[in-house]
Amino acid sequence: MTLLHWAALSPFIYALFIPFIHKWFKNLHMGWFILPLPTALFCYLLSMIPTTAANETIVEVANWIPSLHIDFTVNLDGLSLLFALLITGIGALVLLYSTFYLDKQKEKLNLFYFYLLLFMGAMLGIVLSDNLIVLYTFWEITSLSSFLLIGYWNEREKSRNGALKSMIVTVFGGLSLLGGIILLYLLTGSFEIREIIAYIQQQDVHSHPFFLLSMFCLLIGAFTKSAQFPFHIWLPDAMEAPTPVSAYLHSATMVKAGIYLVARLTPIYAESAYWLWTIAAVGIITLLYGSFFAVKQTDLKGILAYSTISQLGLIMSLLGLGAASVHFSLENDYFTIATAAALFHLVNHATFKGSLFMMVGIVDHETGTRDIRKLGGLMTFMPITFSIAVIGAFSMAGLPPFNGFLSKEMFFTAMINITKFDLFQFNTWGVLFPILAWIASVFTFIYSMLLVFRVFAGKYKPEQLPTKPHEAPIGMLISPLILVSLVIVIGLFPNILSNTILSPAITAVYGGVPSYDLHIYHWHGFNIEFFMTIGVFVLGILLTLTFTKWKNFYRIFPYSINALYNFLIEKGKLWSKQLTNRYMVGSIRTYLLYILTFLVATAGYTLLTKNGVNFYGKNLAQIGLYEIVLSLILIVATISILFAKSRLASIILLGAVGYSVSLFFVIFQAPDLALTQLVIETVSVALFLLCFYHLPRNARKKESIGFKMNNAIISVLVGITFSIIAISSYNTKLFDSISSYYVENTYKKAAGENMVNVILVDFRGFDTLFEIAVLAIAAIGIYTMIKLRLGGNNRENK
Amino acid sequence: MEILMSIIIGILFASATYLMLSKSILRIIIGTGLLSHGVHLLLLTMGGLKKGAAPLLGQHASSYSDPLPQALILTAIVISFGVTSFFLVLAYRTYQELGTDNLEKLRGKKEHE
Repeated sequence: MTLLHWAALSPFIYALFIPFIHKWFKNLHMGWFILPLPTALFCYLLSMIPTTAANETIVEVANWIPSLHIDFTVNLDGLSLLFALLITGIGALVLLYSTFYLDKQKEKLNLFYFYLLLFMGAMLGIVLSDNLIVLYTFWEITSLSSFLLIGYWNEREKSRNGALKSMIVTVFGGLSLLGGIILLYLLTGSFEIREIIAYIQQQDVHSHPFFLLSMFCLLIGAFTKSAQFPFHIWLPDAMEAPTPVSAYLHSATMVKAGIYLVARLTPIYAESAYWLWTIAAVGIITLLYGSFFAVKQTDLKGILAYSTISQLGLIMSLLGLGAASVHFSLENDYFTIATAAALFHLVNHATFKGSLFMMVGIVDHETGTRDIRKLGGLMTFMPITFSIAVIGAFSMAGLPPFNGFLSKEMFFTAMINITKFDLFQFNTWGVLFPILAWIASVFTFIYSMLLVFRVFAGKYKPEQLPTKPHEAPIGMLISPLILVSLVIVIGLFPNILSNTILSPAITAVYGGVPSYDLHIYHWHGFNIEFFMTIGVFVLGILLTLTFTKWKNFYRIFPYSINALYNFLIEKGKLWSKQLTNRYMVGSIRTYLLYILTFLVATAGYTLLTKNGVNFYGKNLAQIGLYEIVLSLILIVATISILFAKSRLASIILLGAVGYSVSLFFVIFQAPDLALTQLVIETVSVALFLLCFYHLPRNARKKESIGFKMNNAIISVLVGITFSIIAISSYNTKLFDSISSYYVENTYKKAAGENMVNVILVDFRGFDTLFEIAVLAIAAIGIYTMIKLRLGGNNRENK
Repeated sequence: MEILMSIIIGILFASATYLMLSKSILRIIIGTGLLSHGVHLLLLTMGGLKKGAAPLLGQHASSYSDPLPQALILTAIVISFGVTSFFLVLAYRTYQELGTDNLEKLRGKKEHE
C-alpha cells in the first residue's frame, strides 16, 4: 500500500468517521468537515502533473487476491490524472456548494455525505485501478452510491422510481461489463490492462471468437454508464436527486466513467473496425437525439439532463473517430485531433455543465420552481446568477471566447476529416457524420439560448412563483463562479491545459506510444469549420426567435424509449405472473404429473439413446405353480383397487396385496421379511380403517375413482418404464454380490446364525439405529399432531 | 421368474401412480402403500430369486439366498410403515380440521399469492 492507494481509499476511510462527526459536532454544517478531503486530494494530484507530463506512469501494486490475479494495482498516467483531477476538483466545489444548498436542520446530512464520499472513493478507484476486476468493483459501488443519492429524498415516489430505473440500467451494463472482463481474461490471461495491451500488441487475437464478444460486452457497460442511446433513459429521471448530486454525478463524473472506460480500452480494441464504427455511430446518434429532445423539455434540470446526454454522445463519437488513427495507421494523422477534442471537451463540459447545474439549483432554491414556463425576467433580481448562466450556456452553445467554442471547432475539424478520406478509406455513410454533427450543434445552440433567455429575460411573472426571487447567498455562488472563471480562463488560454494535462492523456489513450504535441488555436482562418460555426449561429438564432411557432413540431414524436422501458417493466411483471399462474396452479396432482412426466421422459430417453434395453437374460429363476397363482392374486387385487367404488373395499384389497407380498417373501426364502410384512400390514390396515371411519360424512359416499386419460397414460408409462428398467438392469448385472462375505462370516465373526438379523444389528447396525430413530420421530410426531391444538379446538367445539 | 416379477412390479407402480393422481387423500395413501410394496419386491427381485435356502446357517444348505437385500427391505418396510402411519394420522387430522378429503379443495387460497 502506497500513498496513492491510501489516496484512492481515503474517501471510504473518511466515510467511517461520519457517524462520529454527526454525533459530536452538531452546530457546524457537516459539509465543512468533508470539504478538506477532496481539496487535499486535488492538491496532491496536482503535484503529480510534472510526472505525467513527462509521459511517466506510476504503477504501484497492493496485493488483494494474488492467487486469482486480482490485485489493487494503481496506474497513474495522463488519462487517470485528468479524470482524478476532475473528480476531486469538481468534488470539492460541489461539497462547498452543497454546504450552502442543503439545510442543516431539515436534511439527513450524515447520510448525504456518507453516500457522496462513497461515490467519490469509488470514482477515484475506477480511474486509478489498472486491474479490471478491481475496476469493476468500484464501478458497481458507483452504481450503488448513485442509486442511494438519487433516492435521497426517499419519501418521494419519483425519487424512488428514478433511483430504481438508474439501478436497473446501470447494473445491467455493469454485469455485461463483468462478462466482458472475464472474456478478456480468457483471451489474454490477465486482468491488468497494461499486460492485456502488451499481449494484444504481440499476439493477433482479432479473429478469436471472444474478441468481438468481449468488446461488445464492455461497450454495453460503457454505454449504459455514460447514458448513450438507447440506455440514456435513466439520466433524466436521475434528476430527482438533490442538485449538487446532479451536478457532480450526472454531469461531471459518473457519466464519464463510460467515457473513461472507452478511452482506456482504446489501445486494446482500436484496430478493430467494429470498435471505431460502433462508438462513433452510437455517439453521434446520442448527440443528435439528446440535443433534439433537450429543446422540448420544460424542466430546467430536464434540459440539462438531455444536454448532458448529447454532450456525452459528442465525446463518445470523438473517441470512436480517434480510434481511426490506429485502425488506418495513417502517416498524416488526421484523427488524433478527435481524441484531443474528446478529452478537451470532457474538461470543458465538466466546467460549464457543473456551473449550469449549480445555477439551476440556485434558481430553484430562490424561486421555488424549475419550470421554465413559470420563470422569466429574473435578470434584474439575480444578476450574478444571470452572468453565470450566460457564460455557461454560451460555452455550451460553442460561442467564442469561451472554452466550448474551442472544443466545438476541434469537433467539427475531426468530423470533416472523415470526408477527406471518404473516397479512399471510409464508406460513403461517413458523409453523414459532419451533417448530423452540424444539425445537433444547431439544436445545442437553441436549447442553450432558451435556457438563459427564457429564465432570465422576457416577462417577470411574480404570480406564478412560490417565493419572491432574490440573489443567492455568496456561499452558494462561489463554486459556480470558480467554474465559470475556469470556462473563461480555458477559453482564453487553452494551452495551459494542452501540454500539461491533455497531451499526456492523449498519449495514454493511444497506449503510450507517441507523445503528442497539442496546440489549440483560436483562429483557423476561413475554412469549412468556420463557415459551419457561422451557419450554426445564424440558423440557431433564427430558430430560437421563432421557437414558439415551431415547437408543436415535437408533437409528432409521441413514442420514446422511456415508454418502451415502462412497457417492458410492466409487461415483464404481468407476463411472468401470467406464466407462473399458468403452471403453478396450486394442485398437487398437477405438480405430480410434471414430476412423473419428467421422470418418464428422461428415463425413457436415456434408455433408448444409450441402448439400455436388454431383454435377453441368463440366470433366471424357474417359475412354479405357486408363483403363478400368487402372481395372479397379486395382479387381480392390485387392479381391483383401481375399480373399487367404495374406499373400504380398496383398503381391504390393499391388505390383500400386502399379504400376498408376504407370501412372496415366504416363497422367496425370506422368513424375517414375511413375518414383519404380515404384522405391519395388519397394523397398517387397521390404521387405514381408522382413517376411513373418521372420514367426513358427506365425503364418505361411494364414488369410483373416475377415469382420466392423462393420468392413465402417465401411470401406464411409469409402470412400463420401471418394468423395462428392472428387466434390463437385472440382465446386465456386471458384478457378483458381496453377500458371500456375510454368508461366510456370520457365525465366524459375529456369532449368529440368522444372516439377516446379524446384518441388521452387527454388520450394518447404523442403519437400524436410525431406522429406530425414524420410528421414534413418527411416534412423537403422531402424538404431537393429535395432542397439540394451537388456535383452539374450533371444529370439535361445534 | 425375474421377468414375471418385473411385470408385477410395473403393474404395482402403474396402479400406485394412478391412485396417487386421484383426488381423495385416502386413495393417495393407498397409492403410496402400493408403491412401497412395489419397491420392496423390486429390491428383492434385483438381488436374484431362488438362489438357495433361507439365509439361516442352521439350514446347512450349499447355497443361500442373498441376505443383503432382505436386510435392506426390512429396514425399508419399517421406515415406510412409520411414514405411512404418520401420513394416515395427518389425513385423519386433516379431515377433523378441514372437513374434507378432497385435494382439489385443499388448494392454497388466492390471497396467499
